[in-house]
Amino acid sequence: MEHYISLILKAIFVENMALAFFLGMCTFLAISKKIEAALGLGIAVIVVLTVTVPVNNLLYNSILRDGALEWAGLSNVDLSFLGLITYIGVIAAIVQIMEMVLDKYIPALYAALGVFLPLITVNCAILGASLFMVERDYTFGESVVYGFGAGVGWALAIVALAGIREKLKYSDVPPGLRGLGITFITVGLMSLGFMSFSGISL
Amino acid sequence: MADASAKQVLFEPIFSNNPIALQILGICSALAVTTSMNVTLVMCAAVIAVTAFSNLAVSLVRTQIPGSIRIIVQMTIIASLVIVVDQVLKAYAYEISKQLSVFVGLIITNCIVMGRAEGFAMKNGPYLSFLDGIGNGLGYSVLLLFVAFFRELLGAGSLFGVSLMPVVNEGGWYVPNGMMLLPPSAFFIIGLAIWALRVWKPEQVEEADYKMSRHTAKEAF
Repeated sequence: MEHYISLILKAIFVENMALAFFLGMCTFLAISKKIEAALGLGIAVIVVLTVTVPVNNLLYNSILRDGALEWAGLSNVDLSFLGLITYIGVIAAIVQIMEMVLDKYIPALYAALGVFLPLITVNCAILGASLFMVERDYTFGESVVYGFGAGVGWALAIVALAGIREKLKYSDVPPGLRGLGITFITVGLMSLGFMSFSGISL
Repeated sequence: MADASAKQVLFEPIFSNNPIALQILGICSALAVTTSMNVTLVMCAAVIAVTAFSNLAVSLVRTQIPGSIRIIVQMTIIASLVIVVDQVLKAYAYEISKQLSVFVGLIITNCIVMGRAEGFAMKNGPYLSFLDGIGNGLGYSVLLLFVAFFRELLGAGSLFGVSLMPVVNEGGWYVPNGMMLLPPSAFFIIGLAIWALRVWKPEQVEEADYKMSRHTAKEAF
């Protein structure tokens, strides 16, 4: 149990997807002008990550891994080079399925997430989490916890940035720095803040 | 005319329409690989190759793709190209591919590749699309190498692994700025680079969402 708690804290703070690994930056910068929108996107990312990372973990361990096809009599087959295309396929499919399920059963949430759902397919944080999961050799249980934690960390970062940007628009920024430039520097400062967690070993 | 437009397609993305500084594309997978010039150069080469060839491939089949499944088709083309790049790197530059870790795979979701395939290659011929891919890849590389230059020089006192400013630890005089090797410095450098670019080309400056009225300050009292 303790192991899982430290894993989740590590995924949220120490190895924050957005601020320590720069993942999901495009949407992070584009959709962080309003808190509500950022919150909606954050929740969508949490849900998608919690589902896709474990599914990819199962696929990797039962089909793609070197020697994983032993049950089918193919013990010498190593399909791990197909990893990338499999993960992105799984992510695209799950996002599509989630869109349909939400549309049918929870229309309110579907309307709230609206445009953000399809965007998530090309959010690097999602693919990145699956790749980290493979690289670090997580078990199934760990992958569920890691997926959830990574999502929460990303959501936390984007909501915090949106809060700062809502205030920032009233400030007098030099013309050349307006918009994207000042946002980058703000994110840099936030990232500096999150660096303080990096000394913690869990 | 054909020559001029080809040239324009190739060079415009480098400064006038830079994918990172103006289109906000492809920031995702890039920043983490800018701690040293060697790694960055490999990453840039990989991105240029993938963008150029995916543009070429998408443009060749653009009339055959039904509109409703085009995203999946583009994704498959891009993913296949990235797998090729990944395998080549693992075979010939294993050390660097280890350092790049997951970021080679993340070229798939690099918005530059997808954005150019969707935005340019679907509407233009193979030759121009190929050039557009190279151009955007170069625009991305210029900014990335710029960031890597400062990060490696100030953070480790070297360029391409060759020591230029001998570091104190090895008996030299330069006290390295450790923060340059950490993530936040990449954001600062890009922010400042955007500022510099926009001072040079003022037409890229964004409109303010909110302007302070000249008179409110006085009339309030």
